[in-house]
Amino acid sequence: MEKTMKLTLRVWRQKNAETKGAFETYEVENVSEDSSFLEMLDILSEDLVEKGEEPVAFDHDCREGICGMCSMTINGIPHGPERATTACQLHMRHFYDGQTITIEPWRAKPFPVMKDLVVDRSPLDRIIQSGGFITARSGSAVDANAIPIRKQTADYAMDAAACIGCGACVAACPNASAMLFTSAKVSHMNSLPQGKPEKDRRTLAMVSTMDKEGFGGCTNVGECEAVCPKSISLDMIAQLNRDYAFAQVKNIFQPVA
Amino acid sequence: MNLDPKIPEGPLSEKWSNHKFKMKLVNPANRRKYHVIVVGSGLAGGAAAASLAEQGYNVSCFCYQDSPRRAHSIAAQGGINAAKNYQNDGDSIQRLFYDTVKGGDYRAREANVYRLAEVSSDIIDQCVANGVPFAREYGGLLANRSFGGAQVSRTFYARGQTGQQLLLGAYSALSRQIGLGKVKMYNRHEMLDVVKVDGHAKGIIVRSMVTGEISRHAGDCVVLATGGYGNVFFLSTNAQGCNVTAAYRAYRRGAGFANPCYTQIHPTCIPVHGDKQSKLTLMSESLRNDGRIWAPKDPAVAAKIRSGEIKPDDVAEEARDYYLERKYPSFGNLAPRDISSRAAKEACDEGRGVATTGLGVFLDFRDAIKRDGKKAIEERYGNLFDMYQCITGDNPYETPMMIFPAVHYTMGGLWVDYNLESTIPGLFVGGEANFSDHGANRLGASALMQGLSDGYFVLPYTVGNYLGEQGVASAGNVNAYHPAFDEVEDEVKARIDQLMSIKGDESPRSFHKRLGNIIWEYCGMARSKEGLEGAIKQVQEIREEFWNNLRVVGTTEGINPELERAGRVADFIEFGELMCRDALMREESCGGHFRVEHQTDDGEALRDDENFTFAGVWEYNGENVEPKLHKEPLIYENVKLATRSYK
Amino acid sequence: MHSLLNILNSTIGRKFLMALSGFILVLFVLGHMLGNLQIFLGPDVINAYAYKLHSMPAALLWSIRLFLLACIAVHIWAAVVLTIDNKKARPVIHGPKATVQASYSSRTMRMSGIILLAFILFHIAHYTVRNIPGKEYNEKIAKVALMKQGEPVYKNGHAVMTFNVNDMMVAGFRVWWVSLFYIIAVGLLCMHLTHGVSSMFQTIGLRNKDWKNRLDQLALVYGWVVFLGFAAIPAATLSGLIKPMNEGVKNAGAGLVPHSEVTFQKIQH
Ligand SMILES: Cc1cc2nc3c(=O)[nH]c(=O)nc-3n(C[C@H](O)[C@H](O)[C@H](O)COP(=O)(O)OP(=O)(O)OC[C@H]3O[C@@H](n4cnc5c(N)ncnc54)[C@H](O)[C@@H]3O)c2cc1C
Ligand code: HEM
Ligand code: HEM
Ligand code: SF4
Ligand code: F3S
Ligand code: FES
Repeated sequence: MEKTMKLTLRVWRQKNAETKGAFETYEVENVSEDSSFLEMLDILSEDLVEKGEEPVAFDHDCREGICGMCSMTINGIPHGPERATTACQLHMRHFYDGQTITIEPWRAKPFPVMKDLVVDRSPLDRIIQSGGFITARSGSAVDANAIPIRKQTADYAMDAAACIGCGACVAACPNASAMLFTSAKVSHMNSLPQGKPEKDRRTLAMVSTMDKEGFGGCTNVGECEAVCPKSISLDMIAQLNRDYAFAQVKNIFQPVA
Repeated sequence: MNLDPKIPEGPLSEKWSNHKFKMKLVNPANRRKYHVIVVGSGLAGGAAAASLAEQGYNVSCFCYQDSPRRAHSIAAQGGINAAKNYQNDGDSIQRLFYDTVKGGDYRAREANVYRLAEVSSDIIDQCVANGVPFAREYGGLLANRSFGGAQVSRTFYARGQTGQQLLLGAYSALSRQIGLGKVKMYNRHEMLDVVKVDGHAKGIIVRSMVTGEISRHAGDCVVLATGGYGNVFFLSTNAQGCNVTAAYRAYRRGAGFANPCYTQIHPTCIPVHGDKQSKLTLMSESLRNDGRIWAPKDPAVAAKIRSGEIKPDDVAEEARDYYLERKYPSFGNLAPRDISSRAAKEACDEGRGVATTGLGVFLDFRDAIKRDGKKAIEERYGNLFDMYQCITGDNPYETPMMIFPAVHYTMGGLWVDYNLESTIPGLFVGGEANFSDHGANRLGASALMQGLSDGYFVLPYTVGNYLGEQGVASAGNVNAYHPAFDEVEDEVKARIDQLMSIKGDESPRSFHKRLGNIIWEYCGMARSKEGLEGAIKQVQEIREEFWNNLRVVGTTEGINPELERAGRVADFIEFGELMCRDALMREESCGGHFRVEHQTDDGEALRDDENFTFAGVWEYNGENVEPKLHKEPLIYENVKLATRSYK
Repeated sequence: MHSLLNILNSTIGRKFLMALSGFILVLFVLGHMLGNLQIFLGPDVINAYAYKLHSMPAALLWSIRLFLLACIAVHIWAAVVLTIDNKKARPVIHGPKATVQASYSSRTMRMSGIILLAFILFHIAHYTVRNIPGKEYNEKIAKVALMKQGEPVYKNGHAVMTFNVNDMMVAGFRVWWVSLFYIIAVGLLCMHLTHGVSSMFQTIGLRNKDWKNRLDQLALVYGWVVFLGFAAIPAATLSGLIKPMNEGVKNAGAGLVPHSEVTFQKIQH
């Protein structure tokens, strides 16, 4: 039969963006170790509703580690202790009976807390809107095999494109820098032949939006890579730095944006 | 209710091009005078919103997640079909068309399916142009795999994240338009109703999931692309937020709902572990290319495995029943989803099921690893194996995976004609939300195809055509101050207040679970007359209880997940009843719909083409009044109906 | 021009400046260390080295100095601006502090940097400007003969005199807290560089997974070399391995220098 456990949760409760938040402590019982972390929070929610209290609000949707919606810092680590795992894919067998778990929202200036564990990540969308695309109107495309792409290139682009836009990298970075997120998209599109024509303006535009949104600068600390559920690599940041340098230099002689 | 499918004249292969030629065009300068409302940012909604904005229309796009990029299309793993014939294995539009009609058990509309096959290859071109990193061969050309029982390799894929990459492609196109100001994006907004003015859909009422504010949005037409209703089963592979609300509210406003009972049960999902489970996880079907599905021949052996007395590997070859290979020699483990799922259920019903719950069968890679080596298998399925281990804690390289069918896709949906226009003029429906081109069963890798076909290549034309027909004079002539909006908005607010004011003591989730159990039990893989009749009663009782004993904590202002769930569950309950009615009405077995009364001697689905070659479309008739059934006869001019055999 | 400003205004642009200035400092520090280590070859050698340095055209000497100071200034400016932005971006830190893979040195670049700054200021006052209160080294009386292969160098009949850098350093490092400060400072420099030297390649985009490991090792080696190289001098002084000239160190030119033995001690107390 499945093993169950009893846990003490220190959860960040905050009514809305205006009010100040604080940690509340709760107990949850008979949590199956086969449950996911979010299912454990469901149990807490049901308990609270039972008592007529408001359940803990948190973002989640697919619950299979791909939509990037779930976002919580578990014992100080975004998405919790397991490497390359989202909170929704984190299973309770990685915790022990009687453990105390601290749960917080993403902490970063550009991600204001809206309620409990729910934050506003729209800055990430705006970074994409400023250049994270390849301009190709519907129906204007050439045959998919017209431009061969080296397998290595396609694989590299896929590695970068695997980013789910969860923002854990920002939460983990001591500077709240969005470099890993931004560099993943830039590396994905800049490396594909289809993305080359817009390469320079994309790079400059996305970086300037990133700065405008109030994210910090990267000091190559590397925590982002460690917590990234899709293991996006620091190589992407190096490529962004490289592409940015080229773009700026070109820009001096012939404006690219 | 007018069910004219508006199928264009001419031979099948020329219908779409003729139709496009005959369409009314809106001159580019006038397009900016129109405002299109798109609900949904998935493959269908996202692609449509982006394409319409590219054409010059002003678009408002809505989604309930915090970003359009998170629509549930993101979860699709396996791949997307297209009749490119890059593998030179005899694929063609004709064949994709035929396979899809046959796969749908001859319950889909020929003309739509053909168009789907026709534009399928443009979709791949479009996605590649948008930067979708499809898998490639060393030569630099696109790679393909055979998928979901197809005999040609026509499936394009991006690792195990095809849906994610396709959606991100559409999302980036959409983002570009948002940046350019052509699309106004409304994240964290839930659509709660449709507003009609003189019979035409002219707007929607939405609730901000952040402030709780109810707001109205007027446009020249409305496009719904709100996905499937699989969550009516509570447990499914859908995302937590997937709902029927948008579609069901439209149904209540007069849009016909077609074939609600057509639901797809996917054979390869991870078995349920306990009653606290919130969702089921799909393991990509591609696993069936190398994995062999079996259950112990002898229930006693199965019992021993369940209790952990013996390990799966201890079971001798001759004691194993590779039932798919036995029953369907030519397709074996690749038999279509509905068939594989039912076979698994039978095995478990005979007490031969494994997993703690007895609801599971084995998907075994032992022989594949022996044959191709661990390395090769790892390359093919590494990420899926990891995912399985992450969830179950078992290592599939050492012990066979356990799988069980789970609700995965809903073929039913709002009825639409050839232009994807519902029975409400000006209300278009795309993607999984419409009753789609998949008939009674969907083939693997064809929903992504349909979503993008609708979004990139169909809606942008047919919506323009509708606007053109309305004439420039009509552009923007309805604004949100129109009395029709007051009326609907008041109803929406009243409903929310009612939910809040019950103050009973059962949570929305608890009601949802109870509903799900009933639907799964009686309207799931096997359905029967008395079962369904009983289910309808039980659902009505739940509904009664719901409105008397629901507890919604919190307030209407601000973020309130309980209130959101309550609203969705309320609609699921009413909709569940409609599903059962539809299943009860359809006195035959076809595709995902299996009526135990209608099966061959060896337990195969038995269609009744005489009486049921039609789409069953339901018309809402008011609270507690039986809905009215209408029929769109399905005319097959190009394929002749045959019993679907995969033996 | 306008786009040059963009560079200064962007987080990445500033990191470039920081990496480039850092790189120049890295080179300087290495050269400086090698130069200083000559003290172990005897006072004459180090004094001759200092003489060479100072006898280069003032313009050149000063342009080098200014260039170095400019690098430090740019480096600090970038560091400060970056730090301010980053602090702004991260007002709240997570309750329980937890780190998965970031190295200690990477997380303490600012601390190590700021103390380095303090050190450099002190250090320049100490040895370049030479007026740490109570530690003024008097040019005139601190002269010794410039030696080449053990022979005094004569210019039109007169022995060439040079400033006695050897004794200055010894006198400086004989004060225990000065030495301690130096050793601590170069220890921090070592930390700063074990991250910095690899980090700067990442910043200019010349790093990937495989190179990271190699560069991290290089940085580690470099950091330790710099530490040992610099720390050796105060350490050796305290342990009496390095002595001022008058303490039995033979200086053939000593005779030519009136009471060169009273030089530093007099002034110190
Ligand atoms: C786990 C899984 C794996 C799959 N794998 C495959 C595969 O390999 N191949 C394949 O072809 N198909 C696959 N499918 C099916 C396919 O992914 C879906 O059918 C398809 O993506 C649906 O796209 P859509 O745009 O219609 O809806 P969705 O992508 O679900 O988008 C729905 C949109 O509507 C919005 N929305 C919904 N309700 C409301 C509301 N009330 N108010 C406002 N907005 C609302 C949502 O926010 C979302 O943006 C899979 C499905 C699942 C669940
Ligand atoms: C003078 C005071 C100094 C201060 C305030 C200072 C501060 C900093 C800071 C805050 C960083 C950023 C960390 C990072 O981005 O990785 C940094 C990086 C660096 N520093 Fe310093 N530092 C100082 C002196 C030095 C010296 C003397 C050297 C060399 C001998 C040096 C070499 C470097 C290098 C190589 C980097 C890495 C640049 C990069 O990561 O791109 N610094 N310094
Ligand atoms: C034991 C360690 C050190 C010793 C003995 C030493 C010695 C000296 C001496 C004698 C000078 C004066 C040069 C002259 O004016 O002729 C000097 C200058 C200088 N040192 Fe050091 N130094 C040491 C460590 C360092 C370190 C660690 C740094 C930097 C991080 C440093 C940076 C400088 C700078 C910037 C100058 C000024 C350059 C100039 O005047 O042209 N030194 N040092
Ligand atoms: S880079 Fe990783 S951590 Fe950052 S958003 Fe993307 S997936 Fe999340
Ligand atoms: S943690 Fe932060 S400092 Fe850079 S390397 Fe990652 S963004
Ligand atoms: S809920 Fe979708 S990634 Fe966690």
